[in-house]
Amino acid sequence: MSAPHARPLDLKHGLVDLTHGSGGRAMAQLIRELFVRELANEYLAQGDDGARLDHAAGRLVVATDAHVVSPLFFPGGDIGCLSVHGTINDVAVMGARPLYLAASFVLEEGFPLAELARIVASMGRASREAGVPVVTGDTKVVERGKADGVFITTTGVGALRDGIDCSGANARPGDAVLLSGAIGEHGMAIMACREHLAFDAPIVSDTAALHGLIDALLHAAPGMHAMRDPTRGGVGATLNEIAQQSGVGIEIDEAAIPVRAPVEAACELLGLDPLYVANEGRLLAICPAADADAALRALRGHPLGAGAAVIGRVIEDPRRFVQMRTRLGGRRIVDWLHGDQLPRIC
Amino acid sequence: MKYVDEFRDGELARGLAVAIARDADHRERYRFMEFCGGHTHAISRYGLVDLLPGRIQMIHGPGCPVCVLPIGRIDQAIRLAREHRVILATYADTMRVPASDRLTLLRAKALGADVRMIYSTEDALAIARANPRREVVFLAIGFETTTPPTAVAVLRAAEASLGNFSILCNHVLTPAAMHAILDAPQGVAIDGFVGPAHVSTVIGSAPYEPFALDYGKPVVIAGFEPLDLLRAIHLLVRQVNEGRAAVENEFTRAVTREGNRRAQTLVDRVFERRAAFEWRGLGTIPASALQLRAEFASFDAERRFAVPYVPVPDNKACACGEILRGEKRPEECRIFGTACTPESPIGSCMVSSEGACAAHYTYGRFRGAAA
Repeated sequence: MSAPHARPLDLKHGLVDLTHGSGGRAMAQLIRELFVRELANEYLAQGDDGARLDHAAGRLVVATDAHVVSPLFFPGGDIGCLSVHGTINDVAVMGARPLYLAASFVLEEGFPLAELARIVASMGRASREAGVPVVTGDTKVVERGKADGVFITTTGVGALRDGIDCSGANARPGDAVLLSGAIGEHGMAIMACREHLAFDAPIVSDTAALHGLIDALLHAAPGMHAMRDPTRGGVGATLNEIAQQSGVGIEIDEAAIPVRAPVEAACELLGLDPLYVANEGRLLAICPAADADAALRALRGHPLGAGAAVIGRVIEDPRRFVQMRTRLGGRRIVDWLHGDQLPRIC
Repeated sequence: MKYVDEFRDGELARGLAVAIARDADHRERYRFMEFCGGHTHAISRYGLVDLLPGRIQMIHGPGCPVCVLPIGRIDQAIRLAREHRVILATYADTMRVPASDRLTLLRAKALGADVRMIYSTEDALAIARANPRREVVFLAIGFETTTPPTAVAVLRAAEASLGNFSILCNHVLTPAAMHAILDAPQGVAIDGFVGPAHVSTVIGSAPYEPFALDYGKPVVIAGFEPLDLLRAIHLLVRQVNEGRAAVENEFTRAVTREGNRRAQTLVDRVFERRAAFEWRGLGTIPASALQLRAEFASFDAERRFAVPYVPVPDNKACACGEILRGEKRPEECRIFGTACTPESPIGSCMVSSEGACAAHYTYGRFRGAAA
């Protein structure tokens, strides 16, 4: 690493400037005094361009996710912990145990170092809590106006469990569809922030790492067919992806889908459908009907799955429609999302 | 959710559905037009068709502001943003409406035009205040519900002498469109109307009285919740059975005969009727839309910038016109769901979630297709 710096990084009043990305001393200082300190682990401490990792036997899973959420800080989290949870979840829903993360930052010139420090500290906390270290990273700085504060891309590596074959293509007619808890909380927390909506009980993002919950679930139901975290586009979009990939139809029951009152009210106010609102700590799981009871018990036995429910089933349908029985007793399609998307929620 | 759940109660809905099915036995068909896109959306979203007997056919009316906006009006907005370099502030619904030259406002934005999505007229004023050196034009669209907020914005801009703010006015009038539908030379197959919810909170129930008195068509004003709709349909069935035609108000919790006088006064102060306005699907209808009064001419983008209205014919294959007039159902259009989908709409009825085609495509197309 580079020589010690005369003055420490000014994490109180300092601003990101172009030298923080130029490969010189300022960049080295930022990496050492902020990133390495907050994300501390043996791999990062090596200070090399990449990380040497212990080789995991068997198959690996890799997933990557770019995070551009606005605002950067929201009730229940921030872009830092979100970027850790999001990628861990993408690896975990494949049926793998997440092992390592890599992170790259695009910083906008003028971004306060104090805010960057909060974000990186939050990443460090999330990564320690999850037991998944950030082993390598990269930082770039762009001119003011060419980015929005900070963008974070994380990549995760995980070891696939033996005997687990989870894929969006594996849903079969007769399978049960399970959901781990109330929907729409992340998306509406962000929207409430942006639109300055105040509620008696504020809506808090559900952002969380799901690998512990998935561990318990796969233990109880190793014959799991498909898992996915319904992020952008919400449960509606994710069910359509699975129906498309598996060549099946899916039927859900509106009355069985948990939605908390503040989320429902905020959606009503803004004309949104909670089925299409993003989640960052919820799991959709599809398993053979015979395993549904065990799977539901396992989900409910974990703190992140206390509100779990069976919300529907997979049916034969060459048109691959997701249909919903409404509370009124009518039926309708739950289509792919078009149009009213919420920009930059994750 | 208080005051909402009560109007979405499944058991009450089933009870009403049974009563409707029992009473709807005096004739082969009951054809009711829900004028308003909000109702179209609610019918599809709650799957109400499944609760109604087969004799009742709901015809989706033209009460969707985006759907009735002709291509030429979107062209004007795009030209303001691209050629006159204004900041164009717009509600999100208009962003994907197809215009000439394969453009939409969304595509114009991607090509560098400064188009900004807003949630209220207050946002548009805020943009104008924050950008004193730029011209800011608000693309004002909608029926009588969205007109009062536009009037307020113009009055505020006038009070504050906000010289860089103006509106491209496309506000249209519900009763005028209903007249046009009923006056169609080829006649109409409509036995009654479900009257608009929010529009009626502003204009009241009195403006619908000519449709009952002069045309003999029952009108029942209904709220946007599913039980409101079922109750209104039941009342319509009864009127038809009894051979009556009256204006009845199911939405008494929000609508009076007189409507919102204060809103009406504001609108009158700022706007006057245009001699005529072109509607998509319904053609040019006299005195069917509003323009700013001379006193507020400096806030009128059409007078401020050189953007004359140029009519553009609709795509020949598109049946939006017939659909908006209630002559065709979305699935009877030959490009429905094939060339024209919500992802790449050709007609405006496929754009807004309130449009008849988008609602049917999004929520109900499993009914048409074979399993």
